[in-house]
Amino acid sequence: MRFLSDTGLVFRRSLGLSLRNPPWLIVGLIQPLVYLLLFAPILTNLTALPGFGGTSAFNTFVPGLLVMTAGFGTMFVGFAFIDEMRNGVVERMRVTPMSRTAAVIGRTLRDIVVFMVQGLILVVLSIPFGLHVELAGILVAMALLALIGLGLGPVSYALALKLGSEDALGPLVQAVALPLLLLSGVLLPMSLAPDWLQTVAKLNPLYHAVEAMRAAFNAQFSDPAILTGVVWMAALTVVSIAVAGRVFNRATA
Amino acid sequence: MREPVILTKGLRRTFGTKADAVEAVAGVDLAVEPGSIFGFLGPNGAGKTTTLRILTTLLPPTAGTATVMGHDVAREPAAVRKRIGYVAQSGGSDPRMSGRGELVMQGRLFGLGADEARHRAGELLDALDLADAGDRLVGTYSGGMRRRLDVGVGMVHRPGLLFLDEPTTGLDPQARARLWDEVRRLRETGTTVFLTTHYLDEADALCDRLAIIDHGRIVAEGTPAELKRAIAGDVLTIGVSGAGDLVAGMLAAQPFVRESSFADGFVRLYVDDGESALPAVLRLLDGHGMAPSSLALHRPSLDDVFLRQTGRSLREQAA
Repeated sequence: MRFLSDTGLVFRRSLGLSLRNPPWLIVGLIQPLVYLLLFAPILTNLTALPGFGGTSAFNTFVPGLLVMTAGFGTMFVGFAFIDEMRNGVVERMRVTPMSRTAAVIGRTLRDIVVFMVQGLILVVLSIPFGLHVELAGILVAMALLALIGLGLGPVSYALALKLGSEDALGPLVQAVALPLLLLSGVLLPMSLAPDWLQTVAKLNPLYHAVEAMRAAFNAQFSDPAILTGVVWMAALTVVSIAVAGRVFNRATA
Repeated sequence: MREPVILTKGLRRTFGTKADAVEAVAGVDLAVEPGSIFGFLGPNGAGKTTTLRILTTLLPPTAGTATVMGHDVAREPAAVRKRIGYVAQSGGSDPRMSGRGELVMQGRLFGLGADEARHRAGELLDALDLADAGDRLVGTYSGGMRRRLDVGVGMVHRPGLLFLDEPTTGLDPQARARLWDEVRRLRETGTTVFLTTHYLDEADALCDRLAIIDHGRIVAEGTPAELKRAIAGDVLTIGVSGAGDLVAGMLAAQPFVRESSFADGFVRLYVDDGESALPAVLRLLDGHGMAPSSLALHRPSLDDVFLRQTGRSLREQAA
């Protein structure tokens, strides 16, 4: 009970702060928007390639963009958190009865809301370009975004807490985030890759998230890829929350 | 005797591995009476903040015990947190929040309902003279306003004990004086205040009792008056050049000198009556053909207490 109400408090506070800081929300949107606008002309010529079949090239590309937005977005929440640490906000909350895990989950929920809004904007902007998607597909996509947020966010906050400085966090994020995202097929579907690369990709939870997202956008709801994606991200979520819980609850955190 | 709100026995905290371990707190025994202002005075790096962090459950001790508001900090940290307020050196208010927002948030974290929290926030804003600024962002506050807000946030749940870590560092004289008044007001309402500081005048003016800490150990404890009286008498500071050792030895042997020390080119004589000792000292020096480079007479200060106990001047540390 305590945990739920504390999470709600942290969520409301974090959301309020984000809403009062529109530049941050927009910055998170710029990267995918740039990709969209610059790749759009190229994509219209790509329907002939395998993996780019389906209704339109955008149906392959936009789901990837959504995962990329959420993926990069969660990696960066750590930096904003370090800022809060520096202001003493995190330490002050530690000398209150607040549940420590609520500090993580509340912020993660706020991050998920931000990804969903960004995702919706991207989807809406892509429809005129030829993206075909049903409402059901969008709903499944939003649920997947939530799972990605829950799977990556808590561990990102835990890293930020442990490292405590942008100089330490930056290189680590770069070293991990980029290969993880490129190996998930966000820009180009992995079906275009050689067999050995595809095998490696299958060990990447984000790969399964992207596959699930693509199936949702193509309204292939019976595709096992969706369930696979959900299971992988759910498993990642469990690990992520467990790790974050341990890190945040340690006496010297 | 009422139960002390803070009681520590042999408190220790070591950082680092065996090879280069640093003992930041090396055996601290404290007892703080309820309803008083207790000061922890020492130079930077003495172990004040580390001790404070142990008492506020932010850091576990490596040895020894600490009981705060009747609960052991290592075994019952949650119970301690409910009963104390804490104002860190860096504050802890988010510059993007409003003052009122921070107060309300803290209230709700301590279990106050939405209306109760809002009411309490309004109450505190009035009491701290921040009513006009309550809805502005904390980032727009002056240093003094921010610190007052932080004290308010620490007091939202009406704890019996408030911890302040270097509360007036970085504040201008006016803001300092205002904060001192605020701390005194808290004591008047029955709150115990435990503060750390490296300012002598603050420890002297504000604290009912204080402990002087150096290198993780308490070197002196008592009321400011007691500590200065223990040195007692006056201090005659004589600047010497050349054969300082000889001069020091010669003066120390005088019957009116209770104690003496020689450091950094200055001989300090602790005498009962400085005004009559002064001409006697000058005559002695003259008789030996020596002239002091400087001569000063003053009543003992806490710096003298610190100097006496540790051989170093606190004032020079703080510079």
